[in-house]
Amino acid sequence: MSVDKTTVAKIARLARINVPDERLEPLAAELNGILNWIAELDEVNTDNVEPLASVTGHALPMRDDVVTDGNRLDDVLSNVPEGASGFFVVPKVVE
Amino acid sequence: MSDLLGLNAVAARDALDKKAISAVELATAYLGAAEATAGLNNYVALTADHALAMAAESDKRIASGEAGLLEGLPIGVKDLFCTKGVSSTACSNILKGFVPPYESTVTANLWAAGGVMLGKLNCDEFAMGSGNETSAYGPAINPWQGKDKVDLVPGGSSGGSASAVAARSALLATGTDTGGSIRQPAAFCGVVGLKPTYGRCSRWGIVAFASSLDQAGPFTRTVADNALMMTAMASHDAKDSTSTQTPLQDLIGAVGDGVKGMKIGVPKEYVMDGMDNEVVTLWEQGQAWLRDAGAELIDVSLPHTKYALPAYYIIAPAEASSNLARYDGVRYGMRVDAETLDGMYEATRAAGFGDEVQRRIMIGTYVLSAGYYDAYYLKAQKVRRLIKADFDAAFQTVDALLTPATPSAAFPVGRKIDDPVTNFLNDVFTVPANLAGLPGISVPGGVTSDGLPLGLQVLGRPFDEASLYRVAGVLEQAAGFTMTPARMAGGAA
Repeated sequence: MSVDKTTVAKIARLARINVPDERLEPLAAELNGILNWIAELDEVNTDNVEPLASVTGHALPMRDDVVTDGNRLDDVLSNVPEGASGFFVVPKVVE
Repeated sequence: MSDLLGLNAVAARDALDKKAISAVELATAYLGAAEATAGLNNYVALTADHALAMAAESDKRIASGEAGLLEGLPIGVKDLFCTKGVSSTACSNILKGFVPPYESTVTANLWAAGGVMLGKLNCDEFAMGSGNETSAYGPAINPWQGKDKVDLVPGGSSGGSASAVAARSALLATGTDTGGSIRQPAAFCGVVGLKPTYGRCSRWGIVAFASSLDQAGPFTRTVADNALMMTAMASHDAKDSTSTQTPLQDLIGAVGDGVKGMKIGVPKEYVMDGMDNEVVTLWEQGQAWLRDAGAELIDVSLPHTKYALPAYYIIAPAEASSNLARYDGVRYGMRVDAETLDGMYEATRAAGFGDEVQRRIMIGTYVLSAGYYDAYYLKAQKVRRLIKADFDAAFQTVDALLTPATPSAAFPVGRKIDDPVTNFLNDVFTVPANLAGLPGISVPGGVTSDGLPLGLQVLGRPFDEASLYRVAGVLEQAAGFTMTPARMAGGAA
Protein backbone atom coordinates (compact mmCIF):
# COMPACT_ATOMS: atom_id res chain seq x y z
CA MET A 1 0.00 0.00 0.00
CA SER A 2 1.32 3.44 -0.76
CA VAL A 3 -0.06 6.95 -0.56
CA ASP A 4 -0.19 9.55 -3.33
CA LYS A 5 -0.53 13.32 -3.26
CA THR A 6 -4.33 13.15 -3.11
CA THR A 7 -4.27 10.75 -0.18
CA VAL A 8 -1.81 12.96 1.71
CA ALA A 9 -4.13 15.93 1.18
CA LYS A 10 -7.01 13.83 2.54
CA ILE A 11 -5.00 12.73 5.59
CA ALA A 12 -3.93 16.31 6.25
CA ARG A 13 -7.57 17.37 6.11
CA LEU A 14 -8.58 14.60 8.55
CA ALA A 15 -5.73 15.62 10.87
CA ARG A 16 -6.72 19.31 10.57
CA ILE A 17 -3.23 20.33 9.50
CA ASN A 18 -2.85 22.84 6.70
CA VAL A 19 -0.29 21.38 4.29
CA PRO A 20 0.74 23.63 1.39
CA ASP A 21 0.49 22.06 -2.10
CA GLU A 22 4.25 22.00 -2.65
CA ARG A 23 4.69 19.91 0.51
CA LEU A 24 2.26 17.18 -0.59
CA GLU A 25 4.68 15.29 -2.86
CA PRO A 26 7.64 15.31 -0.44
CA LEU A 27 5.33 14.27 2.41
CA ALA A 28 3.96 11.42 0.31
CA ALA A 29 7.51 10.20 -0.23
CA GLU A 30 8.33 10.43 3.49
CA LEU A 31 5.14 8.67 4.52
CA ASN A 32 5.68 5.94 1.92
CA GLY A 33 9.18 5.36 3.28
CA ILE A 34 7.68 4.70 6.70
CA LEU A 35 4.69 2.72 5.40
CA ASN A 36 6.85 0.45 3.24
CA TRP A 37 9.03 -0.33 6.23
CA ILE A 38 6.01 -0.96 8.44
CA ALA A 39 4.78 -3.46 5.85
CA GLU A 40 7.38 -5.86 7.29
CA LEU A 41 4.64 -6.83 9.73
CA ASP A 42 2.87 -8.69 6.93
CA GLU A 43 5.45 -11.46 7.38
CA VAL A 44 4.05 -12.27 10.81
CA ASN A 45 1.30 -14.83 11.02
CA THR A 46 -1.30 -13.32 13.33
CA ASP A 47 -4.15 -15.71 12.64
CA ASN A 48 -6.13 -16.33 15.82
CA VAL A 49 -4.08 -13.74 17.75
CA GLU A 50 -6.12 -11.33 19.85
CA PRO A 51 -5.08 -7.68 19.51
CA LEU A 52 -3.40 -6.25 22.61
CA ALA A 53 -4.49 -2.72 23.46
CA SER A 54 -3.50 -2.55 27.12
CA VAL A 55 -0.81 -4.38 29.07
CA THR A 56 -2.26 -3.77 32.53
CA GLY A 57 -4.25 -6.98 32.48
CA HIS A 58 -6.96 -5.57 34.69
CA ALA A 59 -10.34 -4.08 33.92
CA LEU A 60 -10.62 -0.32 34.21
CA PRO A 61 -11.63 0.60 37.75
CA MET A 62 -15.09 2.06 38.28
CA ARG A 63 -15.75 5.07 40.48
CA ASP A 64 -18.89 6.55 41.93
CA ASP A 65 -20.64 8.82 39.47
CA VAL A 66 -20.36 11.96 41.58
CA VAL A 67 -18.95 15.44 41.11
CA THR A 68 -15.48 15.68 42.66
CA ASP A 69 -14.27 18.97 41.30
CA GLY A 70 -15.69 22.19 39.90
CA ASN A 71 -16.20 25.94 40.23
CA ARG A 72 -12.83 26.60 38.62
CA LEU A 73 -13.80 28.92 35.80
CA ASP A 74 -10.70 31.08 36.24
CA ASP A 75 -8.39 28.05 36.11
CA VAL A 76 -10.14 26.67 33.05
CA LEU A 77 -9.88 29.97 31.22
CA SER A 78 -6.43 30.94 32.47
CA ASN A 79 -4.69 29.89 29.24
CA VAL A 80 -7.38 30.72 26.72
CA PRO A 81 -6.11 32.28 23.45
CA GLU A 82 -9.34 34.24 23.12
CA GLY A 83 -12.13 34.42 25.65
CA ALA A 84 -14.99 36.70 26.61
CA SER A 85 -17.40 36.83 29.52
CA GLY A 86 -16.35 33.42 30.83
CA PHE A 87 -16.52 31.68 27.45
CA PHE A 88 -14.11 30.35 24.84
CA VAL A 89 -14.35 32.37 21.66
CA VAL A 90 -14.12 30.71 18.24
CA PRO A 91 -14.86 31.86 14.68
CA LYS A 92 -18.55 31.95 13.85
CA VAL A 93 -19.86 28.43 13.07
CA VAL A 94 -23.59 29.15 12.60
CA GLU A 95 -24.91 31.77 10.22
CA MET B 1 31.92 21.62 51.77
CA SER B 2 33.75 22.66 48.61
CA ASP B 3 32.51 20.13 46.08
CA LEU B 4 28.73 20.35 46.44
CA LEU B 5 28.20 19.26 42.84
CA GLY B 6 30.37 16.20 43.38
CA LEU B 7 27.93 14.66 45.88
CA ASN B 8 25.52 12.07 44.55
CA ALA B 9 21.96 12.13 45.89
CA VAL B 10 22.50 9.60 48.67
CA ALA B 11 25.64 11.46 49.82
CA ALA B 12 23.89 14.83 49.58
CA ARG B 13 20.98 13.55 51.70
CA ASP B 14 23.49 12.40 54.29
CA ALA B 15 25.36 15.71 54.29
CA LEU B 16 22.06 17.60 54.58
CA ASP B 17 20.92 15.50 57.53
CA LYS B 18 24.28 16.03 59.25
CA LYS B 19 23.95 19.77 58.52
CA ALA B 20 27.32 19.72 56.79
CA ILE B 21 25.55 21.52 53.94
CA SER B 22 22.24 23.34 53.61
CA ALA B 23 19.57 22.85 50.98
CA VAL B 24 19.89 26.53 50.01
CA GLU B 25 23.64 26.11 49.45
CA LEU B 26 23.00 23.03 47.35
CA ALA B 27 20.27 24.69 45.28
CA THR B 28 22.47 27.76 44.78
CA ALA B 29 25.33 25.57 43.55
CA TYR B 30 23.08 23.81 41.05
CA LEU B 31 21.52 27.03 39.79
CA GLY B 32 25.05 28.33 39.25
CA ALA B 33 25.96 25.10 37.45
CA ALA B 34 22.93 25.43 35.19
CA GLU B 35 23.99 28.96 34.27
CA ALA B 36 27.61 27.95 33.76
CA THR B 37 26.58 25.18 31.35
CA ALA B 38 23.81 27.15 29.62
CA GLY B 39 25.54 26.45 26.30
CA LEU B 40 24.29 22.87 26.55
CA ASN B 41 20.74 24.22 26.21
CA ASN B 42 19.43 21.50 28.50
CA TYR B 43 17.17 23.84 30.50
CA VAL B 44 14.29 25.60 28.80
CA ALA B 45 13.34 27.44 32.00
CA LEU B 46 15.29 27.96 35.19
CA THR B 47 13.08 28.64 38.22
CA ALA B 48 15.63 30.12 40.60
CA ASP B 49 13.24 31.92 42.98
CA HIS B 50 11.11 28.83 43.20
CA ALA B 51 14.15 26.65 43.90
CA LEU B 52 15.54 28.88 46.64
CA ALA B 53 12.15 29.17 48.34
CA MET B 54 11.67 25.40 48.26
CA ALA B 55 15.23 24.86 49.53
CA ALA B 56 14.61 27.25 52.44
CA GLU B 57 11.54 25.20 53.37
CA SER B 58 13.66 22.05 53.14
CA ASP B 59 16.20 23.51 55.54
CA LYS B 60 13.39 24.23 58.01
CA ARG B 61 12.08 20.68 57.77
CA ILE B 62 15.57 19.24 58.20
CA ALA B 63 16.08 21.44 61.27
CA SER B 64 12.80 20.25 62.78
CA GLY B 65 13.51 16.60 62.00
CA GLU B 66 10.80 16.27 59.34
CA ALA B 67 13.00 15.61 56.32
CA GLY B 68 11.41 13.67 53.47
CA LEU B 69 13.04 11.04 51.28
CA LEU B 70 14.35 13.63 48.79
CA GLU B 71 14.56 16.55 51.20
CA GLY B 72 16.67 19.36 49.77
CA LEU B 73 17.71 17.53 46.58
CA PRO B 74 17.72 19.71 43.43
CA ILE B 75 15.62 18.22 40.62
CA GLY B 76 15.19 19.18 36.98
CA VAL B 77 11.83 18.40 35.37
CA LYS B 78 11.30 17.37 31.76
CA ASP B 79 9.13 19.99 30.09
CA LEU B 80 6.52 17.29 29.41
CA PHE B 81 5.39 17.42 33.06
CA CYS B 82 2.81 20.03 34.02
CA THR B 83 4.09 22.16 36.87
CA LYS B 84 1.67 24.53 38.55
CA GLY B 85 2.37 28.17 37.77
CA VAL B 86 5.46 27.29 35.71
CA SER B 87 5.52 27.23 31.91
CA SER B 88 5.02 23.68 30.56
CA THR B 89 5.24 23.38 26.79
CA ALA B 90 6.35 19.85 25.81
CA CYS B 91 8.97 21.88 23.89
CA SER B 92 6.36 22.69 21.25
CA ASN B 93 5.42 26.06 19.80
CA ILE B 94 1.78 25.06 20.03
CA LEU B 95 2.04 25.18 23.85
CA LYS B 96 4.30 28.26 24.10
CA GLY B 97 3.17 30.29 27.08
CA PHE B 98 1.03 27.54 28.58
CA VAL B 99 1.09 27.78 32.38
CA PRO B 100 -0.80 24.89 34.00
CA PRO B 101 -3.04 25.66 36.97
CA TYR B 102 -2.27 22.16 38.32
CA GLU B 103 0.70 19.92 39.15
CA SER B 104 1.40 16.48 37.68
CA THR B 105 1.11 13.64 40.19
CA VAL B 106 4.74 12.57 39.75
CA THR B 107 6.15 16.05 40.39
CA ALA B 108 3.72 16.56 43.27
CA ASN B 109 5.12 13.36 44.79
CA LEU B 110 8.67 14.65 44.38
CA TRP B 111 7.88 17.97 46.08
CA ALA B 112 6.00 16.18 48.85
CA ALA B 113 9.19 14.16 49.47
CA GLY B 114 11.14 17.41 49.84
CA GLY B 115 12.59 17.73 46.34
CA VAL B 116 13.63 21.18 45.14
CA MET B 117 12.61 22.18 41.61
CA LEU B 118 15.40 23.79 39.59
CA GLY B 119 13.53 24.30 36.33
CA LYS B 120 12.19 22.68 33.18
CA LEU B 121 14.36 20.57 30.91
CA ASN B 122 14.59 20.38 27.15
CA CYS B 123 13.16 17.41 25.24
CA ASP B 124 12.00 16.44 21.78
CA GLU B 125 8.74 18.12 20.79
CA PHE B 126 5.95 16.11 22.42
CA ALA B 127 8.67 13.52 23.21
CA MET B 128 8.83 12.54 19.54
CA GLY B 129 12.46 11.98 18.68
CA SER B 130 15.66 10.21 19.68
CA GLY B 131 18.12 13.09 19.64
CA ASN B 132 16.37 16.05 21.30
CA GLU B 133 16.60 17.72 17.89
CA THR B 134 12.88 18.25 17.30
CA SER B 135 12.54 20.65 20.27
CA ALA B 136 11.08 24.08 19.55
CA TYR B 137 13.87 25.43 21.80
CA GLY B 138 16.60 23.93 19.63
CA PRO B 139 18.68 20.88 20.43
CA ALA B 140 20.07 20.08 23.86
CA ILE B 141 23.75 19.15 23.74
CA ASN B 142 25.51 16.14 25.23
CA PRO B 143 28.22 17.21 27.72
CA TRP B 144 30.36 14.33 26.42
CA GLN B 145 32.56 14.91 23.40
CA GLY B 146 34.53 12.64 21.12
CA LYS B 147 38.07 13.39 20.05
CA ASP B 148 36.88 15.72 17.27
CA LYS B 149 35.02 17.91 19.82
CA VAL B 150 31.90 17.97 17.64
CA ASP B 151 28.61 18.64 19.48
CA LEU B 152 26.76 15.38 20.06
CA VAL B 153 23.08 14.77 20.78
CA PRO B 154 22.21 13.73 24.33
CA GLY B 155 19.68 11.27 22.93
CA GLY B 156 15.98 11.72 23.27
CA SER B 157 13.36 12.38 23.88
CA SER B 158 14.44 13.17 27.48
CA GLY B 159 17.71 14.67 26.21
CA GLY B 160 17.76 17.71 28.48
CA SER B 161 17.26 15.47 31.52
CA ALA B 162 20.17 13.17 30.66
CA SER B 163 22.39 16.09 29.65
CA ALA B 164 21.70 18.01 32.88
CA VAL B 165 22.36 15.05 35.17
CA ALA B 166 25.57 14.22 33.30
CA ALA B 167 26.71 17.86 33.31
CA ARG B 168 25.88 18.17 37.02
CA SER B 169 23.42 20.98 36.50
CA ALA B 170 20.72 18.79 38.06
CA LEU B 171 21.29 16.22 40.77
CA LEU B 172 18.16 14.31 39.74
CA ALA B 173 15.83 14.65 36.77
CA THR B 174 12.49 13.30 35.64
CA GLY B 175 11.99 11.78 32.22
CA THR B 176 9.34 9.93 30.28
CA ASP B 177 9.84 6.85 28.14
CA THR B 178 7.45 5.87 25.35
CA GLY B 179 9.91 3.91 23.20
CA GLY B 180 13.24 4.40 24.95
CA SER B 181 13.18 8.11 25.78
CA ILE B 182 14.73 7.55 29.21
CA ARG B 183 17.03 4.59 28.59
CA GLN B 184 18.57 5.75 25.30
CA PRO B 185 19.57 9.27 26.50
CA ALA B 186 20.81 7.79 29.80
CA ALA B 187 23.10 5.52 27.77
CA PHE B 188 24.27 8.39 25.52
CA CYS B 189 25.11 10.60 28.51
CA GLY B 190 26.61 8.03 30.89
CA VAL B 191 23.91 8.22 33.56
CA VAL B 192 21.37 5.82 35.05
CA GLY B 193 17.80 5.88 33.69
CA LEU B 194 14.83 3.70 34.63
CA LYS B 195 11.61 3.16 32.73
CA PRO B 196 9.34 1.61 35.34
CA THR B 197 6.64 -0.95 34.64
CA TYR B 198 3.65 0.55 32.82
CA GLY B 199 1.28 1.75 35.56
CA ARG B 200 3.97 2.17 38.24
CA CYS B 201 4.08 5.99 37.99
CA SER B 202 0.97 8.05 37.42
CA ARG B 203 0.62 9.60 33.98
CA TRP B 204 -1.70 12.31 35.30
CA GLY B 205 -0.48 15.79 34.39
CA ILE B 206 2.11 14.54 31.91
CA VAL B 207 1.56 15.70 28.33
CA ALA B 208 0.34 12.53 26.59
CA PHE B 209 2.18 11.09 23.58
CA ALA B 210 1.08 7.43 23.33
CA SER B 211 -0.97 6.62 26.40
CA SER B 212 -0.59 2.83 26.35
CA LEU B 213 3.23 3.18 26.24
CA ASP B 214 4.10 6.39 28.16
CA GLN B 215 5.76 5.98 31.54
CA ALA B 216 7.67 8.43 33.75
CA GLY B 217 10.96 7.55 35.41
CA PRO B 218 14.11 8.88 37.08
CA PHE B 219 17.51 10.00 35.75
CA THR B 220 20.35 9.86 38.27
CA ARG B 221 24.12 9.55 38.55
CA THR B 222 24.09 6.25 40.46
CA VAL B 223 21.89 3.18 40.80
CA ALA B 224 21.29 3.86 44.51
CA ASP B 225 20.20 7.42 43.69
CA ASN B 226 17.83 6.00 41.10
CA ALA B 227 16.17 3.63 43.57
CA LEU B 228 15.81 6.54 46.01
CA MET B 229 14.15 8.85 43.48
CA MET B 230 11.95 6.09 42.07
CA THR B 231 10.65 5.29 45.54
CA ALA B 232 9.43 8.88 45.86
CA MET B 233 8.00 9.11 42.31
CA ALA B 234 5.79 6.04 42.32
CA SER B 235 2.28 6.03 43.73
CA HIS B 236 -1.17 4.71 43.07
CA ASP B 237 -3.25 7.51 41.60
CA ALA B 238 -7.00 7.38 41.15
CA LYS B 239 -6.64 10.11 38.51
CA ASP B 240 -4.84 7.66 36.18
CA SER B 241 -7.06 4.66 35.47
CA THR B 242 -4.03 2.56 34.47
CA SER B 243 -2.17 3.33 37.70
CA THR B 244 -1.33 0.16 39.62
CA GLN B 245 -2.31 -0.80 43.15
CA THR B 246 0.55 -3.34 43.30
CA PRO B 247 2.66 -2.39 46.33
CA LEU B 248 6.11 -0.93 45.61
CA GLN B 249 9.01 -3.24 46.46
CA ASP B 250 11.91 -2.19 48.67
CA LEU B 251 13.94 -0.70 45.84
CA ILE B 252 16.54 1.07 47.96
CA GLY B 253 17.38 -2.16 49.78
CA ALA B 254 17.59 -4.13 46.53
CA VAL B 255 20.52 -2.14 45.13
CA GLY B 256 23.14 -3.92 47.24
CA ASP B 257 21.53 -7.37 47.21
CA GLY B 258 23.76 -8.82 44.48
CA VAL B 259 22.77 -11.34 41.82
CA LYS B 260 23.88 -14.62 43.41
CA GLY B 261 21.54 -17.35 42.15
CA MET B 262 19.70 -15.08 39.72
CA LYS B 263 19.02 -16.34 36.22
CA ILE B 264 19.81 -13.72 33.60
CA GLY B 265 18.64 -14.19 30.02
CA VAL B 266 20.65 -13.10 27.00
CA PRO B 267 18.30 -12.68 24.02
CA LYS B 268 19.99 -13.77 20.82
CA GLU B 269 17.83 -11.46 18.68
CA TYR B 270 19.37 -8.32 20.24
CA VAL B 271 22.04 -8.19 17.56
CA MET B 272 21.49 -6.13 14.46
CA ASP B 273 23.23 -5.09 11.26
CA GLY B 274 25.28 -1.93 11.63
CA MET B 275 25.62 -2.34 15.38
CA ASP B 276 28.96 -1.09 16.79
CA ASN B 277 31.42 -3.85 17.67
CA GLU B 278 32.16 -2.01 20.87
CA VAL B 279 28.52 -2.38 21.86
CA VAL B 280 28.74 -6.14 21.40
CA THR B 281 32.00 -6.26 23.38
CA LEU B 282 30.44 -4.35 26.26
CA TRP B 283 27.41 -6.64 26.22
CA GLU B 284 29.69 -9.68 26.52
CA GLN B 285 31.61 -7.93 29.28
CA GLY B 286 28.35 -7.30 31.13
CA GLN B 287 27.49 -10.99 30.91
CA ALA B 288 30.90 -11.86 32.36
CA TRP B 289 30.45 -9.39 35.22
CA LEU B 290 27.13 -10.95 36.19
CA ARG B 291 28.49 -14.49 35.89
CA ASP B 292 31.42 -13.51 38.13
CA ALA B 293 28.95 -12.13 40.66
CA GLY B 294 27.18 -15.48 40.87
CA ALA B 295 24.37 -15.20 38.32
CA GLU B 296 23.53 -17.92 35.86
CA LEU B 297 23.53 -16.64 32.26
CA ILE B 298 21.00 -18.33 29.98
CA ASP B 299 20.53 -17.89 26.22
CA VAL B 300 16.93 -17.05 25.40
CA SER B 301 15.00 -16.28 22.25
CA LEU B 302 12.52 -13.44 21.71
CA PRO B 303 11.58 -14.33 18.12
CA HIS B 304 9.37 -11.32 17.35
CA THR B 305 11.96 -8.70 18.38
CA LYS B 306 12.51 -7.39 14.84
CA TYR B 307 8.81 -6.58 14.50
CA ALA B 308 8.72 -4.41 17.62
CA LEU B 309 9.87 -1.22 15.86
CA PRO B 310 7.40 -1.34 12.95
CA ALA B 311 4.57 -2.25 15.37
CA TYR B 312 5.61 0.65 17.58
CA TYR B 313 5.59 3.06 14.63
CA ILE B 314 1.95 2.21 14.01
CA ILE B 315 0.72 2.14 17.60
CA ALA B 316 2.56 5.21 18.91
CA PRO B 317 1.57 7.56 16.05
CA ALA B 318 -2.00 6.23 16.16
CA GLU B 319 -2.30 7.09 19.84
CA ALA B 320 -0.47 10.38 19.29
CA SER B 321 -2.81 11.46 16.51
CA SER B 322 -5.70 11.00 18.91
CA ASN B 323 -3.98 12.59 21.94
CA LEU B 324 -2.76 15.61 20.00
CA ALA B 325 -6.23 16.36 18.63
CA ARG B 326 -6.73 18.50 21.74
CA TYR B 327 -4.33 21.17 20.44
CA ASP B 328 -6.90 23.09 18.48
CA GLY B 329 -6.27 26.73 19.37
CA VAL B 330 -9.47 27.00 21.41
CA ARG B 331 -8.71 26.33 25.07
CA TYR B 332 -4.97 26.90 25.50
CA GLY B 333 -1.77 27.38 23.58
CA MET B 334 -1.20 28.97 20.21
CA ARG B 335 -3.96 30.17 17.90
CA VAL B 336 -3.64 31.32 14.31
CA ASP B 337 -6.77 33.18 13.31
CA ALA B 338 -8.77 32.26 10.24
CA GLU B 339 -12.22 32.93 8.83
CA THR B 340 -13.70 29.56 9.70
CA LEU B 341 -13.36 27.24 12.68
CA ASP B 342 -11.81 24.45 10.57
CA GLY B 343 -9.51 27.00 8.96
CA MET B 344 -8.41 28.14 12.41
CA TYR B 345 -7.70 24.53 13.49
CA GLU B 346 -5.70 23.83 10.34
CA ALA B 347 -3.68 27.04 10.43
CA THR B 348 -2.96 26.70 14.17
CA ARG B 349 -1.81 23.10 13.94
CA ALA B 350 0.30 23.76 10.83
CA ALA B 351 2.08 26.65 12.55
CA GLY B 352 2.28 25.11 16.01
CA PHE B 353 3.50 21.57 15.33
CA GLY B 354 7.00 20.87 14.01
CA ASP B 355 7.74 18.59 11.04
CA GLU B 356 8.30 15.37 12.99
CA VAL B 357 5.12 15.83 15.03
CA GLN B 358 3.10 16.59 11.89
CA ARG B 359 4.52 13.51 10.19
CA ARG B 360 3.59 11.27 13.10
CA ILE B 361 0.10 12.72 13.43
CA MET B 362 -0.45 12.06 9.74
CA ILE B 363 0.87 8.48 9.93
CA GLY B 364 -1.40 7.92 12.92
CA THR B 365 -4.39 9.44 11.15
CA TYR B 366 -3.75 7.25 8.11
CA VAL B 367 -3.38 3.94 9.98
CA LEU B 368 -6.59 4.65 11.89
CA SER B 369 -8.57 5.77 8.84
CA ALA B 370 -11.42 3.79 7.32
CA GLY B 371 -10.15 0.93 5.17
CA TYR B 372 -6.67 0.81 6.74
CA TYR B 373 -7.47 0.25 10.41
CA ASP B 374 -7.39 -3.57 10.18
CA ALA B 375 -4.34 -3.76 7.93
CA TYR B 376 -2.21 -1.49 10.09
CA TYR B 377 -3.52 -0.75 13.56
CA LEU B 378 -5.16 -4.08 14.35
CA LYS B 379 -2.22 -5.95 12.83
CA ALA B 380 0.21 -4.00 15.00
CA GLN B 381 -1.82 -4.75 18.11
CA LYS B 382 -1.72 -8.47 17.28
CA VAL B 383 2.04 -8.33 16.82
CA ARG B 384 2.21 -6.48 20.12
CA ARG B 385 0.60 -9.48 21.82
CA LEU B 386 3.16 -11.82 20.25
CA ILE B 387 6.00 -9.60 21.48
CA LYS B 388 4.58 -9.66 24.99
CA ALA B 389 4.14 -13.43 24.77
CA ASP B 390 7.85 -13.78 23.87
CA PHE B 391 8.79 -11.97 27.08
CA ASP B 392 6.26 -13.91 29.17
CA ALA B 393 7.82 -17.14 27.94
CA ALA B 394 11.37 -15.95 28.64
CA PHE B 395 10.46 -14.89 32.16
CA GLN B 396 9.29 -18.45 32.86
CA THR B 397 12.96 -19.38 32.99
CA VAL B 398 14.89 -16.18 33.75
CA ASP B 399 14.58 -13.39 36.33
CA ALA B 400 15.86 -10.59 34.11
CA LEU B 401 17.32 -9.96 30.66
CA LEU B 402 20.60 -8.27 29.81
CA THR B 403 20.84 -6.38 26.49
CA PRO B 404 22.70 -3.42 25.04
CA ALA B 405 20.84 -0.13 25.62
CA THR B 406 21.53 1.32 22.16
CA PRO B 407 23.12 0.08 18.92
CA SER B 408 25.72 2.90 18.99
CA ALA B 409 27.09 5.76 21.06
CA ALA B 410 25.80 9.36 20.74
CA PHE B 411 25.80 10.82 17.21
CA PRO B 412 26.54 14.39 16.05
CA VAL B 413 23.91 17.12 16.28
CA GLY B 414 22.47 17.89 12.87
CA ARG B 415 23.51 14.57 11.33
CA LYS B 416 21.77 14.54 7.96
CA ILE B 417 19.17 11.85 7.78
CA ASP B 418 17.08 11.61 4.64
CA ASP B 419 15.20 8.58 5.80
CA PRO B 420 13.20 8.94 9.04
CA VAL B 421 13.40 5.17 9.51
CA THR B 422 17.17 5.40 10.19
CA ASN B 423 16.46 7.60 13.20
CA PHE B 424 13.90 5.13 14.49
CA LEU B 425 16.59 2.43 14.71
CA ASN B 426 18.04 4.13 17.79
CA ASP B 427 15.16 2.66 19.72
CA VAL B 428 15.51 -0.91 18.47
CA PHE B 429 16.56 -2.33 21.88
CA THR B 430 14.28 -0.18 24.00
CA VAL B 431 10.92 -0.25 22.20
CA PRO B 432 10.01 -3.89 22.97
CA ALA B 433 9.80 -3.18 26.72
CA ASN B 434 7.29 -0.38 26.11
CA LEU B 435 5.09 -2.60 23.96
CA ALA B 436 5.14 -5.29 26.65
CA GLY B 437 4.83 -2.79 29.54
CA LEU B 438 8.00 -4.10 31.21
CA PRO B 439 10.46 -2.20 33.40
CA GLY B 440 13.91 -1.47 31.96
CA ILE B 441 16.99 0.29 33.26
CA SER B 442 20.04 1.65 31.46
CA VAL B 443 23.35 1.67 33.34
CA PRO B 444 26.65 3.10 32.07
CA GLY B 445 28.99 0.20 31.32
CA GLY B 446 32.02 1.75 29.66
CA VAL B 447 33.20 4.07 26.92
CA THR B 448 33.99 3.65 23.24
CA SER B 449 37.52 4.05 21.86
CA ASP B 450 36.43 7.63 21.15
CA GLY B 451 35.65 8.16 24.82
CA LEU B 452 31.84 8.15 24.58
CA PRO B 453 29.66 6.34 27.11
CA LEU B 454 27.75 3.15 26.31
CA GLY B 455 24.94 1.67 28.38
CA LEU B 456 23.74 -1.77 29.30
CA GLN B 457 20.02 -2.43 29.60
CA VAL B 458 18.35 -4.74 32.09
CA LEU B 459 14.71 -5.74 31.51
CA GLY B 460 12.53 -7.41 34.12
CA ARG B 461 9.13 -8.85 34.91
CA PRO B 462 6.24 -6.43 35.44
CA PHE B 463 6.47 -4.73 38.85
CA ASP B 464 9.84 -6.30 39.60
CA GLU B 465 11.96 -3.15 39.54
CA ALA B 466 13.82 -4.61 42.55
CA SER B 467 15.47 -7.24 40.35
CA LEU B 468 16.55 -4.51 37.93
CA TYR B 469 18.21 -2.60 40.75
CA ARG B 470 19.95 -5.77 41.97
CA VAL B 471 21.43 -6.42 38.53
CA ALA B 472 22.14 -2.74 37.86
CA GLY B 473 23.92 -2.43 41.20
CA VAL B 474 26.27 -5.27 40.29
CA LEU B 475 26.91 -3.87 36.80
CA GLU B 476 27.65 -0.43 38.22
CA GLN B 477 30.13 -1.79 40.71
CA ALA B 478 31.85 -4.04 38.19
CA ALA B 479 32.03 -1.31 35.55
CA GLY B 480 33.49 1.19 38.01
CA PHE B 481 32.33 3.93 35.68
CA THR B 482 33.92 7.08 37.11
CA MET B 483 34.68 9.05 33.95
CA THR B 484 33.07 12.44 33.62
CA PRO B 485 32.14 14.45 30.52
CA ALA B 486 34.23 17.28 29.08
CA ARG B 487 31.54 19.93 29.48
CA MET B 488 30.63 19.37 33.12
CA ALA B 489 29.76 22.09 35.62
CA GLY B 490 32.53 22.61 38.13
CA GLY B 491 34.98 21.73 35.39
CA ALA B 492 36.54 18.31 35.26
CA ALA B 493 39.55 18.90 33.06
